[in-house]
Amino acid sequence: MGRLVVGTRKGVFVLRRSGAEWRIEHAALLGDPVTMALGTPDGALLVAQDLGHFGVKMKRSRDGGATWEDRAAPKYPPKPEGVEDIDPTRRTPVPWDNKRVWALEASPRLGELWCGTIPGALFRSKDGGDSWQIVESLWNHPGRKGWFGGGADYPGIHSVLIDPRDERTIRVGVSCGGLWTSRDDGASWTLEGRGMRAAFMPPDQALDPAFQDPHRIVQCKGDPDRVWIQHHNGIFKSDDGGVTCSEVHTAQPSSFGFAVAVHPEDPKTAWFVPGVKDEKRYPVDGALVVTRTRDGAESFDVLRDGLPQQHAYDIVYRHGLDIDATGETLAFGSTTGNLWVSDDQGDHWRQISTSLPPIYSVRFTA
Amino acid sequence: MASVHFTPNLTRHTECPTETLSADTVAELLERYFERWPAVRSFVLDDQGEVRKHIKVLVDGRNLRDRRRLSDGLADDSEVYVFQALSGG
Repeated sequence: MGRLVVGTRKGVFVLRRSGAEWRIEHAALLGDPVTMALGTPDGALLVAQDLGHFGVKMKRSRDGGATWEDRAAPKYPPKPEGVEDIDPTRRTPVPWDNKRVWALEASPRLGELWCGTIPGALFRSKDGGDSWQIVESLWNHPGRKGWFGGGADYPGIHSVLIDPRDERTIRVGVSCGGLWTSRDDGASWTLEGRGMRAAFMPPDQALDPAFQDPHRIVQCKGDPDRVWIQHHNGIFKSDDGGVTCSEVHTAQPSSFGFAVAVHPEDPKTAWFVPGVKDEKRYPVDGALVVTRTRDGAESFDVLRDGLPQQHAYDIVYRHGLDIDATGETLAFGSTTGNLWVSDDQGDHWRQISTSLPPIYSVRFTA
Repeated sequence: MASVHFTPNLTRHTECPTETLSADTVAELLERYFERWPAVRSFVLDDQGEVRKHIKVLVDGRNLRDRRRLSDGLADDSEVYVFQALSGG
């Protein structure tokens, strides 16, 4: 895999591999936040911008990032008069307005894309991102109105998993609102993810699947029943496609974080970038590490080689870590604008940049 | 005929020249403008058709009153300015 697309607070950066080196080939859309990027199966790049005053926009490049054209952004339906939609925690109205694109995924079905947003909605495109339709079955689900904002003002969908065995099975991760699954191409949805634990709730509600804050959910392509979750309260894994989850207690120096990556073929191998829980959010002792399990969380390696071990305050956001299709090369980018790549599953890291803007998303594309 | 002008900051994102159009309300004025310049709509109005939170609309020097339906009336020679409110970083 020879290309990395990095979405940052000040634009998108497309890096190209040349031997062992990575070079920035295009720095584009400079000055505006790019919250998410996707390489689509037809070879295009699709990005979502957050223009602040001017709203959420999407752009597509068909020449690898040199030039960009405007595309339609997912748009919420008109809110009917009299419909009440209140964030249950804050008691403030949930706007029916796209505040952020937080997930973009391509289905194996030609031209089909999925998009998760804040406030928590799922959109589908059947024309490669030319147009989007809200998934009404989820938006109108009574359970959706129980979702509440975590770090963001409103709840959002940050993870969309398209089952490699059957693209009609879709799982979404919600902060805050747990893990939801559709097995009928989005027609109906079930709250799953039993076993996650929310220490931020009273004890009698801590295990309620609806109150969970998974920060990021990933699925092993070669063994899709194995799902890994970096949750607000730690690490969880599932052996049944997210129906039930169990907590992992073996990760040191911390199990708090946002990002997780799973090996594309080996379901027992996953990576995390930990920080001090949970409001503090910086690397433990100022030493940046990646943790890796190769035995299904029986044990973890702490990977430090090539990463700063003094006075590092990098945090890696939930979409800031990615693994390529070979399962050998990983990349991650931080809030401090640092970008690292490893070609040996994290044993050694090389710093690609020290001076990018704060990084929101890192993604390998073909 | 009322004129509508846009903040130069918006021209960085999309073409939005000043136009002078026939309209009785701000809503009518902007609808006619968006017929000519459809890309501008989503920069000014949110998904519900309301003025975006951080957009400031001035009608003859006064803040738009009805940011939801844009029903403020216009005179024959009204000047409408669409600016950014100051926020963000």
